[in-house]
Amino acid sequence: MSATSSFPAFSQRHLLGIARLRPHEIEQLIDLAEAEVAVGRRRDKKKSTLKGRTQINLFFEASTRTQASFELAGKRLGADVMNMSVANSSVKKGETLIDTAMTLNAMRPDILVVRHHSAGAVALLAQKVACSVVNAGDGAHEHPTQALLDALTIRRRKGRIAGLIVTICGDVLHSRVARSNILLLNALGAQVRVVAPSTLLPRGVEQMGVEVHRRMADGLKDADVVMMLRLQRERMAGSFVPSVREYFRYFGLDSDKLKIAKPDALVMHPGPMNRGVEIASEIADGPQSVIEEQVEMGVAVRMAVMEALIGGPEDAV
Amino acid sequence: MSDMLRPLVIEQVRIVDPARSLDAIGSVIVADGVIIACGADALNQGRPDGAAVIDGRGLVLLPGLVDARVFIGEPGGEHRETIASASAAAAAGGVTSILTMPDTNPVVDDVAIAEFVMRTARDTASVNVFPAAALTRGLKGEEMTEIGLLSDAGVRAFTDGRRTIANPALLRRIMTYARDFDALVMHETQDAALSGDGVMNEGLLASWLGLPGAPAEAEIIPLERDLRLAALTTCRYHAAKISLGESVEVIRRAKQRGIRASAGVSINHLSLNENDIGEYRTYFRLSPPLRSEDDRSAMVAALADGTIDIIVSSHDPQDADGKRRPFAEAESGAIGLETLLPAALRLHHAGDVPLRRIIESMTSAPAALLGLDRGTLVPGRPADMALVDLDAPFIFSEAAIHSRSKNTAFENARFQGRVLRTFVAGRTVFSATETSGG
Repeated sequence: MSATSSFPAFSQRHLLGIARLRPHEIEQLIDLAEAEVAVGRRRDKKKSTLKGRTQINLFFEASTRTQASFELAGKRLGADVMNMSVANSSVKKGETLIDTAMTLNAMRPDILVVRHHSAGAVALLAQKVACSVVNAGDGAHEHPTQALLDALTIRRRKGRIAGLIVTICGDVLHSRVARSNILLLNALGAQVRVVAPSTLLPRGVEQMGVEVHRRMADGLKDADVVMMLRLQRERMAGSFVPSVREYFRYFGLDSDKLKIAKPDALVMHPGPMNRGVEIASEIADGPQSVIEEQVEMGVAVRMAVMEALIGGPEDAV
Repeated sequence: MSDMLRPLVIEQVRIVDPARSLDAIGSVIVADGVIIACGADALNQGRPDGAAVIDGRGLVLLPGLVDARVFIGEPGGEHRETIASASAAAAAGGVTSILTMPDTNPVVDDVAIAEFVMRTARDTASVNVFPAAALTRGLKGEEMTEIGLLSDAGVRAFTDGRRTIANPALLRRIMTYARDFDALVMHETQDAALSGDGVMNEGLLASWLGLPGAPAEAEIIPLERDLRLAALTTCRYHAAKISLGESVEVIRRAKQRGIRASAGVSINHLSLNENDIGEYRTYFRLSPPLRSEDDRSAMVAALADGTIDIIVSSHDPQDADGKRRPFAEAESGAIGLETLLPAALRLHHAGDVPLRRIIESMTSAPAALLGLDRGTLVPGRPADMALVDLDAPFIFSEAAIHSRSKNTAFENARFQGRVLRTFVAGRTVFSATETSGG
């Protein structure tokens, strides 16, 4: 435990959303994650901070990468990690959410990492269990570790967050990534823009602390960071936008559009990407892309979050 | 039964009877379940022999409340609410007549089911129960019910409950047919397609919470459509539950044009707004959703000026399992029979709506709408009454709930104005103090 005692105690029990964090807490988590990056690059990647602790990943919605990221993070910290994927079982409805929570709680885990397709579900579950809970994405509400890893990626590349122009492009309406990022980036002093067709913007978006654009040419001008959002397949063909080719034409990030941003603008994507829909392949794989780095930062951020929540001495938990 | 046989006198009580613009200190005499005399000079002939006497000093006597929108669980959902448990909740809230919604299993869409409800009520309920019948068979929005036969069986109103008939041609024919029987068409006005997955008021709050919103237009468009059809068919039309300031304007214009239209609002929408949802509090998930504070205050004003005719509880019992879910997956609805009057009295205490108008909207106005000889203390009428301490403060706790379901939107709410005793046809059906006294 002495290894972690140099970090100031984190004051929250759960990580349910960026909205519940104060700016200094966000900074604290990003600083901690910065240190974890080095751990991931060592030959011996194992720490013992969470030795003997039990981490359960409870995913009501399938997610290969986020679940893998949390699993790896837990294992690198020395925790015993168990994956419970309920997305494919017949368990779907909310009443089983509480039942599942009670059952898992009885197994006395130290931390639950939860993803659910319904906004507010993770907070509901957190009320019913005795351990710490990390929100790994709840409906269209929040995905706090994604916003933290995005911030870490930006800060490492740009040296700061404050004052940067960050443009978030695409399906803001359904995106928890967008909400968490808007909250976090505003908290740390960035200037946030969104660009999307109006059918993919939430009501009242202009009051959410962002500059709103409907044309990439306007939204990308002078941008330091371009964050692309995933467009779900079922929303591509006529329900929210007319077609993939029209969407790509106006909102897909290609080399022509990227030229509008600053020459050294970062290109980000939370994954998984739809190449040729929201992003052109040559951009995703191009020199300005930090998409793979985001994945690496993801593990570091999740290590930091879990260490902050349950890595302290036993009495403090 | 002894209550019924023994005459009852309530003396020196403040009588508020909006049907005849009465607000005065006086007395009430009840015999054989009927009001014999009521008013300042009721005791001019003296008290009847052997009468039980209640000292009403400092208290208010109201006509028993008539609640025109009550969901029950019987038949088919008795674990949520039976007719008897709804009746007990009503009595505790000073409500003496309830119009029950047809959204049961089976649906109240034919005479046999309507009679089952009436019979069960007669055998198990302490308040008056009037079943509303469905407008369409099985609430499916496809075929009209037997409006004539159901009316003859005693059905006072027709509604598809929570549902809105989507097909305007069918609705037009139902309205046309209903007019021939002078049947009341009560309709919820929500466009299911436009509401979509919406679970709360569309706007900034829903956007931050990541919840799908239901836009105002989903209520206004069907409301405007309905009123045009009501004008065309000249049927008696009642907008069951409006939630928006803009809906108030639509109703106001329709009334000015002479359309036979009326409108109701739930006490929840007069008392609460979308901010009460906070972080996904499912007890505030209602349909239509709670709207903005501007909408709420516009409806309070519309209640005061009479554009909105009646207040309903929209009592909608849901079990804990149905509410202990993520917000978008939770059942909508809140119980309300027991808090209808205390919550409405907030409007009086705040000086927003005159007391007489508030009481009218829950007594004589709904009674007139449903064609009931109740909702007033005029001599000759059944002695349905509520004895109330208008100023008594209390906190509404879950432990005090009579309803079988506990999904109140007013848990631990502070109220001022308490029902002390409720009478149906002169018989005490609820007493706040355990002593029966009379």
